[in-house]
Amino acid sequence: MHAYESEFREPLINGMDKNYTKITDDLVAPTERNSAMWWIATLLTGAGSAFFVFCLGWTVWFGIGTWGLNKTIGWAWDITNFVWWIGIGHAGTLISAILLLFRQRYRTGINRAAEAMTIFAVICAGMFPIFHMGRVWDAPFIFPIPNTRGPLWVNFNSPLLWDVFAISTYFSVSLLFWYSGLMPDFGTIRDRSKGKIRKWIYNILSFGWMGTAKNWQRFESLSLVLAGLSTPLVLSVHTIVSFDFATSVIPGWHTTIFPPYFVAGAIFSGFAMVETLMLISRKLFQLEDYITINHIESMNKIIVLTGSIVGIAYLTELFIAWYSGYLYEQFAFYNRILGKYFWAYIIMMSCNVISPQFYWFKSLRRNLWVTFILSIFVNIGMWFERFVIIVTSLADDYLPSSWAYFSPTWVDIGIYTGSISVFLFLFLLFSRFFPTIAIAEVKAIFRISSEVAKAERAKKEGAAHGGFVGLSTIGPLDKDSKN
Amino acid sequence: MSNEPNKVVIGLWDHEEVYLHAVEHIRAKGIEIYESLTPFPVHGLEDALGYRETRLHTAGFFFGATGTTLALSFMTWVMTTNYPIDFGGKPYWPLPSFIPITFEMTVLFAAWGMTLTYLVRNRLWPGRVPRIYDVRTTDDRFALVFDAEKYPADKLNEIKELCKKEGAVEIKDKEFSGKDEL
Repeated sequence: MHAYESEFREPLINGMDKNYTKITDDLVAPTERNSAMWWIATLLTGAGSAFFVFCLGWTVWFGIGTWGLNKTIGWAWDITNFVWWIGIGHAGTLISAILLLFRQRYRTGINRAAEAMTIFAVICAGMFPIFHMGRVWDAPFIFPIPNTRGPLWVNFNSPLLWDVFAISTYFSVSLLFWYSGLMPDFGTIRDRSKGKIRKWIYNILSFGWMGTAKNWQRFESLSLVLAGLSTPLVLSVHTIVSFDFATSVIPGWHTTIFPPYFVAGAIFSGFAMVETLMLISRKLFQLEDYITINHIESMNKIIVLTGSIVGIAYLTELFIAWYSGYLYEQFAFYNRILGKYFWAYIIMMSCNVISPQFYWFKSLRRNLWVTFILSIFVNIGMWFERFVIIVTSLADDYLPSSWAYFSPTWVDIGIYTGSISVFLFLFLLFSRFFPTIAIAEVKAIFRISSEVAKAERAKKEGAAHGGFVGLSTIGPLDKDSKN
Repeated sequence: MSNEPNKVVIGLWDHEEVYLHAVEHIRAKGIEIYESLTPFPVHGLEDALGYRETRLHTAGFFFGATGTTLALSFMTWVMTTNYPIDFGGKPYWPLPSFIPITFEMTVLFAAWGMTLTYLVRNRLWPGRVPRIYDVRTTDDRFALVFDAEKYPADKLNEIKELCKKEGAVEIKDKEFSGKDEL
């Protein structure tokens, strides 16, 4: 019945004391205990979130003039933050959808938290374009809704409108994907709850989950099709975000390389953020047996791959700028490297292209401290990538008299750091009340990929072959396509 | 469910492979399994139970097709009939620039349509009170539920014996009052 797995592959669930009961206990435990650390962190990020709301209120009250924007640089931190957050949001769907289709079992340990992260990151991302509108109360008109002005419709030729559709579809489909997976696990929490109120709340959250064979059959069909839909969706979203720039005629933006380059960058930064958060959560919630070094190494491999794709994209862009023979394009790229924002370019290059190259070494891929520090570096580097693309391309335009420099105001800084607080605040709430690891999915790989199962199989093999465990365990690859 | 039996026999297993074989053997004996509950999707269980394949994905296709049609026809109507705008002499019906939105709407409709169908067909909604046969079926036990109202006492004993032989770790009778509560 079970998919074959090479015994040389490391287990994804460590610990010889594991069984289904223990898995439930371990994974539900974080929702059942109170910790002072959690309270402190939640209060701090809650205060940060309040400051975020304050800064947004300030912006709405006094206008966009409170930001550091000027006539030349009309897009700066706001759109940088927007693209950065959207990029971070990409890892969740990538892990849950693409890794599901590719049958990568390590996804089960990290998909739930990554999907949650997606949703929170997209919430943060959405704030920036909405509040950049200035008159936020007119925000609903970004959708084609009937109105009394003609009716005057939105422009279906505009990438900015495509973005509206892409981001809102992405948000709602990710939410469905995440929540449909959460229902069975809420059922698990409900059934082991002691208190009546707790039972009642988790029953509502679980939508009255039972776990009958028919439920699960439909569940599997749903998650497979949602994965199939989300895979092109996740690629389309950042492609469309890159169209915001690529379809304009600004030198430095008007390039056909943008879609794949943005998608690779998004996956790159998303995985880095998953690592930052998961390294803390696995320690804090004692989930080391479920998010193993093996999981971390797998993620680091994706980081070195996507980091290198991003690096090649940077170099290709430079080459094409030179090769095009187009003066203004060449000037834009000259400015990136040697202009007034050279320092941003250096940060971008060193964090995004050089730092992930350390992961060619296995010992570094498996080192938690290295991974943690590099994941932060990648997050910083990817923010600067967007800053470099957006601000340096705008700062020195066609008319030297209008060349400008962007300096953020306290409102810019407050909104940006505030959005990080909002993100962490939501993640903390999630990790306290929701199961951060997909319980049912981890159980489903228990007989295939746990240390216990591997030891059992090795014992069986050993007995069958007179104590010899070795070559006999090398079999054909994944015979069973069902898993 | 209003027609749920109030008297049931529940067999509990603790290993999915043993459970799966048990399902096959019990059904081979012509005994009807009323319900089967597991903590996670057990592969091959729906075949063993003789369930037909779900048509959820077919529904998903039709929802998606609705989204495609709706998006394309709406944009066509706006750009050609309701409020045509001349963008520097470019065509009124620029099909390539409809592609992104058409794609997004296809995905949106397919995903929402399928998820709502899934909830309706599984009778899941916030606040629904399910019949909980055994709290451990969402934890570490695989359960088979037999309708005790359908079979005479000696047949029920036979079923229990069979479950035991097939490796059930626990077999119990359970009676519900008719109203489900948490």
